[in-house]
Amino acid sequence: MTQLPGLLDTEAIRKDFPVLDRLVHDGKKLVYLDNAATSQKPRQVLDALSEYYERYNANVHRGVHVLAEEATALYEGARDKVAAFINAPSRDEVIFTKNASESLNLVANMLGWADEPYRVDHETEIVITEMEHHSNIVPWQLLSQRTGAKLKWFGLTDDGRLDLSNINEIITEKTKIVSFVLVSNILGTVNPVEAIVRRAQEVGALVCIDASQAAPHMPMDVQALQADFVAFTGHKMCGPTGIGVLWGRQELLEDLPPFLGGGEMIETVSMHSSTYAPAPHKFEAGTPPIAQAVGLGAAIDYLNSIGMDKILAHEHALTEYAVKRLAEVPDLRIIGPTTAEDRGAAISFTLGDIHPHDVGQVLDEQGIAVRVGHHCARPVCLRYGIPATTRASFYLYSTPAEIDALVEGLEHVRNFFG
Amino acid sequence: MKLDSMYQEVILDHYKHPHGRGLRDGDAEVHHVNPTCGDEITLRVKYDGERIADISYEGQGCSISQASASVLNELLVGKDVSEAQKIQETFLELMQSKGRIEPDDAMEEVLEDAVAFAGVSKYPARVKCALLSWMAWKDATAQALGESAERKTA
Repeated sequence: MTQLPGLLDTEAIRKDFPVLDRLVHDGKKLVYLDNAATSQKPRQVLDALSEYYERYNANVHRGVHVLAEEATALYEGARDKVAAFINAPSRDEVIFTKNASESLNLVANMLGWADEPYRVDHETEIVITEMEHHSNIVPWQLLSQRTGAKLKWFGLTDDGRLDLSNINEIITEKTKIVSFVLVSNILGTVNPVEAIVRRAQEVGALVCIDASQAAPHMPMDVQALQADFVAFTGHKMCGPTGIGVLWGRQELLEDLPPFLGGGEMIETVSMHSSTYAPAPHKFEAGTPPIAQAVGLGAAIDYLNSIGMDKILAHEHALTEYAVKRLAEVPDLRIIGPTTAEDRGAAISFTLGDIHPHDVGQVLDEQGIAVRVGHHCARPVCLRYGIPATTRASFYLYSTPAEIDALVEGLEHVRNFFG
Repeated sequence: MKLDSMYQEVILDHYKHPHGRGLRDGDAEVHHVNPTCGDEITLRVKYDGERIADISYEGQGCSISQASASVLNELLVGKDVSEAQKIQETFLELMQSKGRIEPDDAMEEVLEDAVAFAGVSKYPARVKCALLSWMAWKDATAQALGESAERKTA
């Protein structure tokens, strides 16, 4: 077995993830390399979910009965866990949403409806990048179309990094918001936050960071990032689906208007008008995803018990090994950085002119689960002149043996279509 | 092995040596995409009265989608539209069967090489690939014949 420095004790960790024992396609061992799409869930999270429903289920912030109070304490306890996990200065800065897409849409809509000085209108500009997930493109296109604001973006270099050479022309005095991904879901690139934030602060623009592929994989510190908003989702970090997070700076959350209206987000309501609850509740209309928040809290406990710095080191070692092994596969071209430097553990590639769909199908037959397609980042495919990629992505339970299985599987693909 | 049931030799052969590929003169042109995987096809139809004079296409995509376009061309060019529609409907039925239809002789007579896609119908994610060019043809035909009908009445 391949031993690499920095690896976690995956033998022990994998025991926590029941699905990893599954056999697929007539007895083949599952090799799950689709972690950038969603992670698997440890038993601790599954138990927290069923325990919540078995023992505590009630609506939150409403009842005076025991279950309501306990459910509320669990839901708000999850908020505390998230706040600590990302080093938020205040728990009131953590808004629960249903996913990162909703978090990013929420920011776009806050700014679209805001008063000065935050308001995005036809005289202002929005800045994104060419490597964004569609969830950090489309909300800004909608805002741009509805307000007349100009949408601008950073292009990409040939080796899969942001081209910041014209940063002063892209981010200008007119820029109201710069929204970009911390770790690309398709290229794996880790972006230089500091350079972008510094320029945004120079011109007084707000900064929103999509941390969907970062929060599961590295220590997060929203204060160190110096952003104004940070969005991520629970299901990629061992949590359940249906729970996302938007962190926002407190003074902004106080000033900015709500987006969704409904129960929970109000202070008083009359037939003529309403006043709103303070953040974060102002942005959490309706019954929230309670069990899912509790599940996310359990996921955070689980990740903390292993250590985010250790998870980062594990994935870095795996990524180093993977780029080395993949380089041995003839006709394989990595789309994105070809070294593990400033790179996350999602690796996209093409294999000669074999279409990724076919690559994925033949890999699946061997029990190897990868993602194929444009990964909700079609502009990246257009930029590199490819229809789609195959993507392998790793997590804390991934092993060098699984990378070996992938490389062997790709040999089989080449023979099949050769 | 299950894979061989999807990737029949005849499919791989159409993929590697496609029939009628390339865009030529047509009465109508459509562009269809499969947004989940990025498969794309631009397809033109040329009618000579009721008869399909040509189906020309250009696209990118997986072996299934590309082979399917090749089979479509081979099967439908030269046929009358009514017969082509019957073939299209039979192919659609087969592809939506979730692997439950075992093509019989009658079906094989209608579909010829296209029966090779029976195995694909077991893979929900790939059914759309196989149907991409067929849906494009249906759309293009509606446009082409719709327009010529308009021309006749004009």
